[in-house]
Amino acid sequence: MIRCNGKRRSPPLNPKHELAVLLPIRPATACASSADRKIDQLPIGRIRAIHLLWLFLIFGVSAFAAGAQNEANQLSIARTILAWTPLLLKGFGFNILISFMSMAIGTVIGSVIGVLQISLLPPVRLSSKFLTQFFRNSPWLVLLFYCMFMIPFEITVGELRIPFPDWIKAVIGLSLPVMANVSEIVRGAINSIPSGQWEASESLAFNRRQQIWLIILPQCYKRMLPPWMNLYAILTMATVLASIVGVEEVMTLAGQVLAADGRPELLVPIYSFVLVWFFAYCYPIARWTIRLERIFALKI
Amino acid sequence: MPENHADSRNTPIVSIADVYQSFGDNQVIKGISFEVAKGEVICIIGPSGSGKSTLLRCINGLIEIDAGSIKVKDLEVHAPHLDKLELRKIVGMVFQQYNLFPHKTALQNIMMAPIHVLRQDIAEVKERAYMLMRKVRLEGKEDFYPGELSGGQQQRVAIARSLAMNPEVMLFDEVTAALDPETVKEVLVTIRDLAEEGMTCLLVTHEMGFARELADHMYFTDNGVIVEHGPPRIFFEAPEDPRTKEFLSQIL
Repeated sequence: MIRCNGKRRSPPLNPKHELAVLLPIRPATACASSADRKIDQLPIGRIRAIHLLWLFLIFGVSAFAAGAQNEANQLSIARTILAWTPLLLKGFGFNILISFMSMAIGTVIGSVIGVLQISLLPPVRLSSKFLTQFFRNSPWLVLLFYCMFMIPFEITVGELRIPFPDWIKAVIGLSLPVMANVSEIVRGAINSIPSGQWEASESLAFNRRQQIWLIILPQCYKRMLPPWMNLYAILTMATVLASIVGVEEVMTLAGQVLAADGRPELLVPIYSFVLVWFFAYCYPIARWTIRLERIFALKI
Repeated sequence: MPENHADSRNTPIVSIADVYQSFGDNQVIKGISFEVAKGEVICIIGPSGSGKSTLLRCINGLIEIDAGSIKVKDLEVHAPHLDKLELRKIVGMVFQQYNLFPHKTALQNIMMAPIHVLRQDIAEVKERAYMLMRKVRLEGKEDFYPGELSGGQQQRVAIARSLAMNPEVMLFDEVTAALDPETVKEVLVTIRDLAEEGMTCLLVTHEMGFARELADHMYFTDNGVIVEHGPPRIFFEAPEDPRTKEFLSQIL
Protein backbone atom coordinates (compact mmCIF):
# COMPACT_ATOMS: atom_id res chain seq x y z
CA MET A 1 0.00 0.00 0.00
CA ILE A 2 1.11 3.52 -0.72
CA ARG A 3 0.27 6.06 1.87
CA CYS A 4 -0.94 9.37 0.71
CA ASN A 5 -1.07 12.49 2.76
CA GLY A 6 -2.79 15.06 0.64
CA LYS A 7 0.20 16.07 -1.41
CA ARG A 8 1.71 13.91 -4.06
CA ARG A 9 5.18 12.90 -3.22
CA SER A 10 7.53 10.75 -5.14
CA PRO A 11 8.04 7.48 -3.30
CA PRO A 12 11.22 7.29 -1.25
CA LEU A 13 14.11 6.26 -3.40
CA ASN A 14 16.56 3.59 -2.63
CA PRO A 15 19.73 5.55 -1.95
CA LYS A 16 21.61 3.28 -4.33
CA HIS A 17 19.65 4.64 -7.27
CA GLU A 18 19.83 8.21 -8.41
CA LEU A 19 16.51 8.31 -10.23
CA ALA A 20 13.19 6.55 -10.08
CA VAL A 21 12.88 4.98 -13.48
CA LEU A 22 9.18 4.17 -13.21
CA LEU A 23 6.77 5.28 -10.55
CA PRO A 24 4.69 2.47 -9.15
CA ILE A 25 1.21 2.13 -10.56
CA ARG A 26 -1.36 3.22 -8.02
CA PRO A 27 -5.06 3.95 -7.95
CA ALA A 28 -5.66 7.52 -9.02
CA THR A 29 -8.57 8.12 -6.69
CA ALA A 30 -6.76 6.87 -3.61
CA CYS A 31 -4.08 9.51 -3.88
CA ALA A 32 -6.03 12.35 -5.40
CA SER A 33 -5.87 15.58 -3.46
CA SER A 34 -8.95 17.73 -3.03
CA ALA A 35 -7.83 19.96 -5.88
CA ASP A 36 -7.55 16.94 -8.14
CA ARG A 37 -11.01 15.86 -7.18
CA LYS A 38 -12.38 19.25 -8.11
CA ILE A 39 -10.85 18.91 -11.53
CA ASP A 40 -12.37 15.46 -11.85
CA GLN A 41 -15.79 16.92 -11.29
CA LEU A 42 -15.41 19.16 -14.32
CA PRO A 43 -16.58 17.71 -17.63
CA ILE A 44 -12.95 17.26 -18.48
CA GLY A 45 -13.55 14.41 -20.92
CA ARG A 46 -15.73 16.58 -23.09
CA ILE A 47 -13.35 19.51 -22.98
CA ARG A 48 -10.45 17.35 -23.98
CA ALA A 49 -12.31 15.88 -26.92
CA ILE A 50 -13.47 19.26 -28.14
CA HIS A 51 -9.91 20.48 -27.94
CA LEU A 52 -8.90 17.53 -30.03
CA LEU A 53 -11.44 18.44 -32.64
CA TRP A 54 -10.14 22.01 -32.66
CA LEU A 55 -6.64 20.69 -33.03
CA PHE A 56 -7.69 18.84 -36.13
CA LEU A 57 -9.30 21.94 -37.54
CA ILE A 58 -6.34 24.17 -36.75
CA PHE A 59 -4.10 21.57 -38.27
CA GLY A 60 -6.16 21.52 -41.39
CA VAL A 61 -6.43 25.30 -41.66
CA SER A 62 -2.72 25.78 -41.18
CA ALA A 63 -2.05 23.25 -43.89
CA PHE A 64 -4.38 25.17 -46.18
CA ALA A 65 -2.63 28.40 -45.32
CA ALA A 66 0.74 26.87 -46.08
CA GLY A 67 -0.55 25.76 -49.42
CA ALA A 68 -2.14 29.15 -50.17
CA GLN A 69 1.25 30.84 -50.14
CA ASN A 70 2.52 28.45 -52.75
CA GLU A 71 2.20 29.54 -56.30
CA ALA A 72 -0.29 32.13 -57.34
CA ASN A 73 -1.36 30.42 -60.53
CA GLN A 74 -2.40 27.26 -58.69
CA LEU A 75 -5.65 26.98 -56.80
CA SER A 76 -5.18 27.23 -53.07
CA ILE A 77 -5.34 23.96 -51.16
CA ALA A 78 -8.56 25.03 -49.47
CA ARG A 79 -10.19 25.69 -52.80
CA THR A 80 -8.95 22.41 -54.24
CA ILE A 81 -10.31 20.44 -51.36
CA LEU A 82 -13.56 22.35 -51.49
CA ALA A 83 -13.84 21.50 -55.16
CA TRP A 84 -13.35 17.81 -54.43
CA THR A 85 -15.60 17.80 -51.37
CA PRO A 86 -18.80 16.65 -53.12
CA LEU A 87 -16.98 13.65 -54.54
CA LEU A 88 -15.29 12.83 -51.23
CA LEU A 89 -18.57 13.24 -49.38
CA LYS A 90 -20.19 10.82 -51.77
CA GLY A 91 -17.42 8.38 -50.90
CA PHE A 92 -17.95 8.97 -47.22
CA GLY A 93 -21.67 8.40 -47.66
CA PHE A 94 -20.74 5.09 -49.22
CA ASN A 95 -18.73 4.20 -46.14
CA ILE A 96 -21.75 4.94 -43.99
CA LEU A 97 -23.93 2.84 -46.27
CA ILE A 98 -21.51 -0.08 -46.03
CA SER A 99 -21.40 0.28 -42.27
CA PHE A 100 -25.20 0.34 -42.00
CA MET A 101 -25.68 -2.71 -44.16
CA SER A 102 -22.90 -4.72 -42.55
CA MET A 103 -24.23 -3.82 -39.12
CA ALA A 104 -27.78 -4.80 -40.08
CA ILE A 105 -26.80 -8.14 -41.58
CA GLY A 106 -24.28 -8.87 -38.83
CA THR A 107 -26.75 -7.99 -36.09
CA VAL A 108 -29.59 -10.12 -37.43
CA ILE A 109 -27.48 -13.22 -38.04
CA GLY A 110 -25.30 -12.62 -34.98
CA SER A 111 -28.32 -12.39 -32.67
CA VAL A 112 -29.62 -15.71 -33.91
CA ILE A 113 -26.22 -17.38 -33.51
CA GLY A 114 -25.82 -15.76 -30.09
CA VAL A 115 -29.07 -17.28 -28.83
CA LEU A 116 -28.14 -20.62 -30.40
CA GLN A 117 -24.96 -20.56 -28.32
CA ILE A 118 -27.07 -21.37 -25.27
CA SER A 119 -29.03 -24.09 -27.06
CA LEU A 120 -29.55 -27.30 -25.13
CA LEU A 121 -28.73 -29.34 -28.23
CA PRO A 122 -24.96 -29.93 -28.26
CA PRO A 123 -24.54 -29.92 -32.09
CA VAL A 124 -26.35 -26.59 -32.42
CA ARG A 125 -24.56 -25.08 -29.46
CA LEU A 126 -21.12 -26.26 -30.50
CA SER A 127 -21.43 -25.26 -34.16
CA SER A 128 -22.65 -21.77 -33.29
CA LYS A 129 -19.83 -21.44 -30.76
CA PHE A 130 -17.37 -22.51 -33.42
CA LEU A 131 -18.74 -20.03 -35.95
CA THR A 132 -18.56 -17.24 -33.41
CA GLN A 133 -15.06 -17.98 -32.26
CA PHE A 134 -13.80 -18.54 -35.79
CA PHE A 135 -14.96 -15.22 -37.15
CA ARG A 136 -14.23 -13.31 -33.98
CA ASN A 137 -10.63 -14.34 -34.07
CA SER A 138 -9.96 -13.71 -37.76
CA PRO A 139 -8.46 -10.45 -39.00
CA TRP A 140 -11.13 -8.33 -40.65
CA LEU A 141 -8.99 -7.65 -43.69
CA VAL A 142 -8.41 -11.35 -44.34
CA LEU A 143 -12.15 -11.98 -44.17
CA LEU A 144 -12.67 -9.12 -46.58
CA PHE A 145 -10.17 -10.57 -49.05
CA TYR A 146 -11.81 -13.95 -48.74
CA CYS A 147 -15.20 -12.56 -49.63
CA MET A 148 -13.75 -10.54 -52.48
CA PHE A 149 -12.19 -13.54 -54.13
CA MET A 150 -14.55 -16.32 -53.09
CA ILE A 151 -17.86 -14.73 -54.02
CA PRO A 152 -18.56 -14.69 -57.77
CA PHE A 153 -19.53 -11.38 -59.38
CA GLU A 154 -22.98 -12.74 -60.05
CA ILE A 155 -25.01 -15.75 -59.07
CA THR A 156 -27.67 -17.26 -61.30
CA VAL A 157 -30.59 -18.77 -59.47
CA GLY A 158 -32.96 -20.26 -62.02
CA GLU A 159 -34.04 -17.30 -64.13
CA LEU A 160 -32.63 -14.70 -61.78
CA ARG A 161 -29.20 -13.22 -62.09
CA ILE A 162 -28.12 -11.71 -58.84
CA PRO A 163 -25.13 -9.41 -59.30
CA PHE A 164 -22.51 -9.11 -56.57
CA PRO A 165 -20.65 -5.85 -57.08
CA ASP A 166 -17.50 -5.30 -55.05
CA TRP A 167 -19.15 -3.15 -52.46
CA ILE A 168 -21.77 -5.83 -51.71
CA LYS A 169 -18.94 -8.28 -51.25
CA ALA A 170 -17.34 -5.80 -48.88
CA VAL A 171 -20.60 -5.55 -46.97
CA ILE A 172 -20.71 -9.32 -46.64
CA GLY A 173 -17.03 -9.49 -45.71
CA LEU A 174 -17.42 -6.91 -42.97
CA SER A 175 -20.67 -8.38 -41.68
CA LEU A 176 -18.91 -11.64 -40.79
CA PRO A 177 -16.82 -10.26 -37.93
CA VAL A 178 -19.76 -8.07 -36.89
CA MET A 179 -21.92 -11.18 -36.75
CA ALA A 180 -19.41 -12.98 -34.54
CA ASN A 181 -19.04 -10.01 -32.21
CA VAL A 182 -22.78 -9.49 -31.93
CA SER A 183 -23.13 -13.19 -31.18
CA GLU A 184 -20.70 -12.83 -28.30
CA ILE A 185 -22.46 -9.68 -27.07
CA VAL A 186 -25.77 -11.57 -27.01
CA ARG A 187 -24.29 -14.60 -25.27
CA GLY A 188 -22.53 -12.40 -22.75
CA ALA A 189 -25.71 -10.48 -21.99
CA ILE A 190 -27.70 -13.68 -21.54
CA ASN A 191 -25.06 -15.10 -19.23
CA SER A 192 -25.05 -11.91 -17.19
CA ILE A 193 -28.71 -12.40 -16.23
CA PRO A 194 -28.78 -13.88 -12.72
CA SER A 195 -29.57 -17.60 -12.64
CA GLY A 196 -32.45 -16.83 -10.29
CA GLN A 197 -34.39 -15.48 -13.26
CA TRP A 198 -34.15 -18.86 -14.96
CA GLU A 199 -35.09 -20.69 -11.77
CA ALA A 200 -38.03 -18.44 -10.99
CA SER A 201 -39.46 -18.62 -14.49
CA GLU A 202 -38.92 -22.36 -14.62
CA SER A 203 -40.73 -22.82 -11.33
CA LEU A 204 -43.63 -20.82 -12.80
CA ALA A 205 -43.85 -23.43 -15.55
CA PHE A 206 -42.56 -21.31 -18.43
CA ASN A 207 -41.03 -23.50 -21.08
CA ARG A 208 -37.57 -22.76 -22.36
CA ARG A 209 -38.67 -20.77 -25.37
CA GLN A 210 -40.93 -18.60 -23.21
CA GLN A 211 -38.14 -18.16 -20.68
CA ILE A 212 -35.80 -16.85 -23.35
CA TRP A 213 -38.31 -14.63 -25.16
CA LEU A 214 -40.36 -13.31 -22.26
CA ILE A 215 -37.93 -13.23 -19.37
CA ILE A 216 -34.29 -13.34 -20.40
CA LEU A 217 -33.97 -11.46 -23.69
CA PRO A 218 -36.09 -8.44 -22.66
CA GLN A 219 -33.60 -7.89 -19.85
CA CYS A 220 -30.67 -8.19 -22.26
CA TYR A 221 -31.42 -5.37 -24.69
CA LYS A 222 -30.24 -2.63 -22.37
CA ARG A 223 -27.07 -4.49 -21.55
CA MET A 224 -26.35 -5.15 -25.21
CA LEU A 225 -26.89 -1.62 -26.47
CA PRO A 226 -23.61 0.02 -25.32
CA PRO A 227 -21.28 -2.73 -26.61
CA TRP A 228 -23.31 -2.91 -29.79
CA MET A 229 -22.91 0.82 -30.42
CA ASN A 230 -19.25 0.52 -29.66
CA LEU A 231 -19.00 -2.23 -32.24
CA TYR A 232 -20.76 -0.01 -34.76
CA ALA A 233 -18.23 2.78 -34.27
CA ILE A 234 -15.38 0.31 -34.75
CA LEU A 235 -17.05 -1.07 -37.87
CA THR A 236 -17.49 2.41 -39.34
CA MET A 237 -13.81 3.06 -38.95
CA ALA A 238 -13.04 -0.34 -40.44
CA THR A 239 -15.04 0.36 -43.61
CA VAL A 240 -12.00 2.08 -45.07
CA LEU A 241 -10.47 -1.39 -45.35
CA ALA A 242 -12.71 -1.76 -48.37
CA SER A 243 -10.44 0.66 -50.20
CA ILE A 244 -7.73 -1.99 -50.23
CA VAL A 245 -9.96 -4.26 -52.26
CA GLY A 246 -10.92 -1.46 -54.61
CA VAL A 247 -14.34 -0.33 -53.44
CA GLU A 248 -14.90 3.33 -54.34
CA GLU A 249 -15.26 4.62 -50.83
CA VAL A 250 -13.75 7.73 -49.32
CA MET A 251 -10.16 6.47 -48.99
CA THR A 252 -10.06 5.19 -52.53
CA LEU A 253 -11.44 8.49 -53.79
CA ALA A 254 -8.98 10.47 -51.68
CA GLY A 255 -6.19 8.48 -53.28
CA GLN A 256 -7.59 9.14 -56.73
CA VAL A 257 -7.93 12.85 -56.02
CA LEU A 258 -4.30 12.98 -54.96
CA ALA A 259 -3.23 11.11 -58.07
CA ALA A 260 -5.30 13.38 -60.32
CA ASP A 261 -3.95 16.60 -58.87
CA GLY A 262 -0.42 15.40 -58.51
CA ARG A 263 0.30 17.87 -55.72
CA PRO A 264 2.15 16.31 -52.78
CA GLU A 265 1.24 19.22 -50.48
CA LEU A 266 -2.41 18.08 -50.71
CA LEU A 267 -1.66 14.74 -49.07
CA VAL A 268 -1.85 15.74 -45.43
CA PRO A 269 -4.79 18.16 -45.74
CA ILE A 270 -6.96 15.68 -47.63
CA TYR A 271 -6.33 12.81 -45.24
CA SER A 272 -6.87 15.18 -42.29
CA PHE A 273 -10.12 16.23 -43.88
CA VAL A 274 -11.27 12.60 -44.07
CA LEU A 275 -10.05 11.97 -40.53
CA VAL A 276 -12.14 14.84 -39.22
CA TRP A 277 -15.24 13.43 -40.86
CA PHE A 278 -14.77 10.05 -39.27
CA PHE A 279 -14.08 11.69 -35.96
CA ALA A 280 -17.16 13.87 -36.22
CA TYR A 281 -19.26 10.80 -37.02
CA CYS A 282 -17.85 8.31 -34.52
CA TYR A 283 -17.11 10.51 -31.55
CA PRO A 284 -20.74 11.34 -30.73
CA ILE A 285 -21.52 7.63 -30.88
CA ALA A 286 -18.74 6.96 -28.39
CA ARG A 287 -19.96 9.73 -26.08
CA TRP A 288 -23.50 8.48 -26.27
CA THR A 289 -22.36 4.95 -25.52
CA ILE A 290 -20.58 6.11 -22.40
CA ARG A 291 -23.67 8.01 -21.30
CA LEU A 292 -25.91 5.02 -21.83
CA GLU A 293 -23.49 2.80 -19.94
CA ARG A 294 -23.62 5.20 -17.03
CA ILE A 295 -27.41 5.41 -17.05
CA PHE A 296 -27.82 1.65 -17.22
CA ALA A 297 -25.18 1.08 -14.56
CA LEU A 298 -27.23 3.22 -12.21
CA LYS A 299 -30.45 1.37 -12.89
CA ILE A 300 -29.23 -2.21 -12.68
CA MET B 1 -38.41 -45.69 5.60
CA PRO B 2 -41.13 -43.16 5.02
CA GLU B 3 -42.61 -42.28 8.36
CA ASN B 4 -46.09 -41.14 8.87
CA HIS B 5 -46.48 -38.58 11.55
CA ALA B 6 -49.67 -37.10 10.31
CA ASP B 7 -52.14 -39.89 10.87
CA SER B 8 -54.79 -37.49 11.93
CA ARG B 9 -54.66 -35.72 8.56
CA ASN B 10 -55.28 -36.69 4.99
CA THR B 11 -53.02 -38.67 2.76
CA PRO B 12 -49.62 -37.13 2.11
CA ILE B 13 -49.44 -34.55 -0.65
CA VAL B 14 -45.63 -34.71 -0.82
CA SER B 15 -43.77 -37.91 -0.13
CA ILE B 16 -40.03 -38.10 -0.31
CA ALA B 17 -38.44 -41.52 -0.11
CA ASP B 18 -34.76 -42.23 0.23
CA VAL B 19 -33.59 -39.38 -1.98
CA TYR B 20 -29.96 -39.03 -2.98
CA GLN B 21 -28.59 -36.08 -4.90
CA SER B 22 -25.12 -34.91 -5.80
CA PHE B 23 -23.38 -32.16 -7.75
CA GLY B 24 -20.46 -33.91 -9.38
CA ASP B 25 -18.50 -35.61 -6.60
CA ASN B 26 -20.18 -33.59 -3.93
CA GLN B 27 -22.99 -35.61 -2.41
CA VAL B 28 -25.50 -33.11 -1.11
CA ILE B 29 -28.44 -35.28 -0.06
CA LYS B 30 -27.68 -38.68 1.36
CA GLY B 31 -30.94 -40.48 1.83
CA ILE B 32 -33.79 -38.27 3.02
CA SER B 33 -37.33 -39.49 3.52
CA PHE B 34 -40.40 -37.77 4.88
CA GLU B 35 -43.97 -37.01 4.10
CA VAL B 36 -46.04 -33.89 4.22
CA ALA B 37 -49.77 -34.06 4.67
CA LYS B 38 -52.16 -31.66 3.00
CA GLY B 39 -52.45 -28.43 4.93
CA GLU B 40 -49.40 -29.16 7.01
CA VAL B 41 -46.62 -26.64 7.60
CA ILE B 42 -43.16 -28.08 7.96
CA CYS B 43 -39.93 -26.23 8.64
CA ILE B 44 -36.53 -27.49 7.66
CA ILE B 45 -33.59 -26.03 9.51
CA GLY B 46 -29.94 -26.83 9.57
CA PRO B 47 -26.50 -25.40 8.99
CA SER B 48 -25.75 -23.93 5.57
CA GLY B 49 -24.63 -26.47 3.03
CA SER B 50 -26.68 -29.21 4.62
CA GLY B 51 -28.85 -29.67 1.54
CA LYS B 52 -32.03 -27.88 2.62
CA SER B 53 -32.39 -25.62 -0.41
CA THR B 54 -31.34 -28.41 -2.75
CA LEU B 55 -34.07 -30.60 -1.30
CA LEU B 56 -36.72 -27.96 -2.00
CA ARG B 57 -35.47 -27.57 -5.57
CA CYS B 58 -35.72 -31.33 -6.04
CA ILE B 59 -39.37 -31.25 -5.00
CA ASN B 60 -40.40 -29.01 -7.89
CA GLY B 61 -38.01 -30.59 -10.34
CA LEU B 62 -35.54 -27.73 -10.69
CA ILE B 63 -32.78 -30.20 -9.79
CA GLU B 64 -32.61 -33.85 -10.80
CA ILE B 65 -32.08 -36.49 -8.13
CA ASP B 66 -29.72 -39.45 -8.36
CA ALA B 67 -31.85 -42.02 -6.58
CA GLY B 68 -35.04 -42.35 -4.61
CA SER B 69 -38.48 -41.02 -5.29
CA ILE B 70 -40.34 -37.78 -4.79
CA LYS B 71 -44.09 -37.80 -5.23
CA VAL B 72 -46.29 -34.74 -5.30
CA LYS B 73 -49.95 -35.79 -5.23
CA ASP B 74 -49.88 -38.59 -7.77
CA LEU B 75 -47.01 -37.19 -9.83
CA GLU B 76 -43.67 -38.93 -9.70
CA VAL B 77 -41.40 -35.86 -9.93
CA HIS B 78 -38.40 -37.53 -11.44
CA ALA B 79 -40.14 -39.84 -13.85
CA PRO B 80 -38.56 -39.48 -17.29
CA HIS B 81 -41.70 -38.21 -18.99
CA LEU B 82 -43.10 -36.07 -16.25
CA ASP B 83 -45.44 -33.30 -17.33
CA LYS B 84 -43.53 -30.45 -15.70
CA LEU B 85 -46.38 -28.06 -16.33
CA GLU B 86 -48.67 -30.23 -14.20
CA LEU B 87 -46.10 -30.40 -11.42
CA ARG B 88 -45.46 -26.68 -11.36
CA LYS B 89 -49.13 -25.87 -11.35
CA ILE B 90 -49.29 -27.77 -8.06
CA VAL B 91 -46.02 -26.60 -6.50
CA GLY B 92 -45.19 -22.91 -6.12
CA MET B 93 -41.80 -21.70 -5.01
CA VAL B 94 -40.48 -18.50 -3.45
CA PHE B 95 -36.77 -17.76 -3.43
CA GLN B 96 -34.34 -16.06 -1.11
CA GLN B 97 -33.49 -13.42 -3.73
CA TYR B 98 -37.17 -12.81 -4.72
CA ASN B 99 -36.21 -13.21 -8.42
CA LEU B 100 -38.95 -10.92 -9.63
CA PHE B 101 -38.74 -10.05 -13.31
CA PRO B 102 -37.20 -6.57 -13.18
CA HIS B 103 -38.59 -5.46 -16.55
CA LYS B 104 -42.21 -5.98 -15.49
CA THR B 105 -44.35 -4.18 -12.94
CA ALA B 106 -45.53 -5.94 -9.80
CA LEU B 107 -48.91 -6.62 -11.38
CA GLN B 108 -47.37 -7.89 -14.63
CA ASN B 109 -45.08 -10.16 -12.64
CA ILE B 110 -48.13 -11.78 -11.13
CA MET B 111 -50.03 -11.96 -14.42
CA MET B 112 -47.32 -13.37 -16.67
CA ALA B 113 -47.48 -17.05 -15.82
CA PRO B 114 -51.28 -17.38 -15.80
CA ILE B 115 -51.48 -15.60 -19.15
CA HIS B 116 -48.59 -17.22 -20.99
CA VAL B 117 -48.48 -20.62 -19.34
CA LEU B 118 -52.07 -21.34 -18.34
CA ARG B 119 -53.46 -19.22 -21.19
CA GLN B 120 -56.19 -17.82 -19.00
CA ASP B 121 -58.34 -14.89 -19.91
CA ILE B 122 -56.46 -11.61 -19.41
CA ALA B 123 -59.31 -9.75 -17.73
CA GLU B 124 -59.85 -12.54 -15.22
CA VAL B 125 -56.15 -12.84 -14.54
CA LYS B 126 -55.91 -9.11 -13.96
CA GLU B 127 -58.75 -9.17 -11.51
CA ARG B 128 -57.15 -12.01 -9.61
CA ALA B 129 -53.78 -10.26 -9.67
CA TYR B 130 -55.34 -7.20 -7.99
CA MET B 131 -56.90 -9.52 -5.46
CA LEU B 132 -53.55 -11.15 -4.76
CA MET B 133 -51.89 -7.77 -4.33
CA ARG B 134 -54.49 -6.97 -1.70
CA LYS B 135 -53.92 -10.33 -0.10
CA VAL B 136 -50.21 -9.62 0.37
CA ARG B 137 -51.15 -6.12 1.56
CA LEU B 138 -49.63 -4.25 -1.33
CA GLU B 139 -52.62 -2.51 -2.87
CA GLY B 140 -51.51 0.66 -4.61
CA LYS B 141 -48.13 -0.78 -5.59
CA GLU B 142 -49.44 -2.59 -8.66
CA ASP B 143 -47.65 -0.43 -11.20
CA PHE B 144 -44.34 -0.25 -9.39
CA TYR B 145 -41.32 -1.98 -10.84
CA PRO B 146 -39.44 -4.39 -8.56
CA GLY B 147 -36.53 -1.95 -8.35
CA GLU B 148 -38.87 0.61 -6.80
CA LEU B 149 -40.04 -1.72 -4.02
CA SER B 150 -38.34 -2.63 -0.77
CA GLY B 151 -37.03 -6.15 -0.24
CA GLY B 152 -39.99 -7.15 1.87
CA GLN B 153 -42.44 -5.76 -0.67
CA GLN B 154 -40.65 -7.57 -3.49
CA GLN B 155 -40.77 -10.80 -1.57
CA ARG B 156 -44.51 -10.41 -1.03
CA VAL B 157 -45.01 -9.78 -4.75
CA ALA B 158 -43.01 -12.96 -5.34
CA ILE B 159 -45.37 -14.85 -3.04
CA ALA B 160 -48.37 -13.40 -4.87
CA ARG B 161 -46.78 -14.36 -8.17
CA SER B 162 -46.52 -17.98 -7.05
CA LEU B 163 -50.06 -17.95 -5.73
CA ALA B 164 -51.36 -16.78 -9.09
CA MET B 165 -50.80 -20.31 -10.38
CA ASN B 166 -53.14 -21.62 -7.66
CA PRO B 167 -50.62 -24.04 -6.21
CA GLU B 168 -51.47 -26.62 -3.57
CA VAL B 169 -48.00 -26.72 -2.07
CA MET B 170 -45.71 -23.75 -1.45
CA LEU B 171 -41.96 -24.03 -1.06
CA PHE B 172 -40.23 -21.17 0.74
CA ASP B 173 -36.47 -21.14 0.39
CA GLU B 174 -35.03 -18.89 3.11
CA VAL B 175 -37.37 -16.16 1.99
CA THR B 176 -36.44 -13.77 4.77
CA ALA B 177 -32.68 -14.35 4.75
CA ALA B 178 -31.94 -11.44 2.39
CA LEU B 179 -34.30 -8.97 4.06
CA ASP B 180 -33.74 -6.13 6.47
CA PRO B 181 -34.90 -7.08 9.97
CA GLU B 182 -37.75 -4.59 9.91
CA THR B 183 -39.26 -6.02 6.74
CA VAL B 184 -38.94 -9.66 7.78
CA LYS B 185 -42.13 -9.45 9.78
CA GLU B 186 -44.39 -8.35 6.94
CA VAL B 187 -43.29 -11.36 4.89
CA LEU B 188 -43.74 -13.74 7.79
CA VAL B 189 -47.24 -12.39 8.38
CA THR B 190 -48.07 -13.12 4.75
CA ILE B 191 -46.82 -16.67 5.09
CA ARG B 192 -48.75 -17.14 8.30
CA ASP B 193 -51.95 -15.96 6.61
CA LEU B 194 -51.37 -18.53 3.93
CA ALA B 195 -50.71 -21.32 6.39
CA GLU B 196 -53.81 -20.43 8.32
CA GLU B 197 -55.84 -20.70 5.15
CA GLY B 198 -54.70 -24.29 4.90
CA MET B 199 -51.91 -24.02 2.34
CA THR B 200 -49.37 -26.81 2.56
CA CYS B 201 -46.05 -25.07 3.23
CA LEU B 202 -42.49 -26.32 3.25
CA LEU B 203 -40.18 -23.71 4.68
CA VAL B 204 -36.43 -23.63 4.84
CA THR B 205 -35.81 -20.94 7.39
CA HIS B 206 -33.59 -19.46 10.04
CA GLU B 207 -36.47 -17.72 11.78
CA MET B 208 -36.68 -20.00 14.80
CA GLY B 209 -39.40 -18.06 16.58
CA PHE B 210 -41.56 -18.18 13.50
CA ALA B 211 -40.91 -21.88 12.96
CA ARG B 212 -41.77 -22.65 16.53
CA GLU B 213 -45.04 -20.74 16.31
CA LEU B 214 -46.19 -21.93 12.92
CA ALA B 215 -44.72 -25.33 12.13
CA ASP B 216 -46.57 -28.57 12.59
CA HIS B 217 -43.35 -30.46 12.27
CA MET B 218 -39.67 -29.56 12.39
CA TYR B 219 -36.82 -31.23 10.54
CA PHE B 220 -33.18 -30.69 11.27
CA THR B 221 -30.80 -31.61 8.47
CA ASP B 222 -27.06 -31.82 8.66
CA ASN B 223 -24.65 -33.08 6.08
CA GLY B 224 -27.36 -34.36 3.76
CA VAL B 225 -29.43 -36.39 6.21
CA ILE B 226 -32.28 -35.67 8.60
CA VAL B 227 -30.73 -35.77 12.03
CA GLU B 228 -33.80 -35.13 14.07
CA HIS B 229 -37.43 -34.27 13.63
CA GLY B 230 -40.51 -33.77 15.67
CA PRO B 231 -43.21 -31.32 16.64
CA PRO B 232 -41.75 -27.91 17.43
CA ARG B 233 -42.47 -28.02 21.16
CA ILE B 234 -40.48 -31.20 21.68
CA PHE B 235 -37.93 -30.33 19.00
CA PHE B 236 -36.99 -27.01 20.53
CA GLU B 237 -37.30 -27.87 24.19
CA ALA B 238 -35.86 -31.34 24.31
CA PRO B 239 -33.66 -32.02 21.31
CA GLU B 240 -31.97 -35.38 21.53
CA ASP B 241 -29.21 -35.40 18.99
CA PRO B 242 -26.02 -33.56 20.00
CA ARG B 243 -25.81 -31.86 16.60
CA THR B 244 -29.30 -30.45 16.97
CA LYS B 245 -28.45 -29.26 20.46
CA GLU B 246 -25.32 -27.57 19.25
CA PHE B 247 -27.06 -25.91 16.32
CA LEU B 248 -29.94 -24.65 18.43
CA SER B 249 -27.62 -23.34 21.10
CA GLN B 250 -25.76 -21.36 18.47
CA ILE B 251 -28.78 -19.91 16.82
CA LEU B 252 -31.20 -19.26 19.69
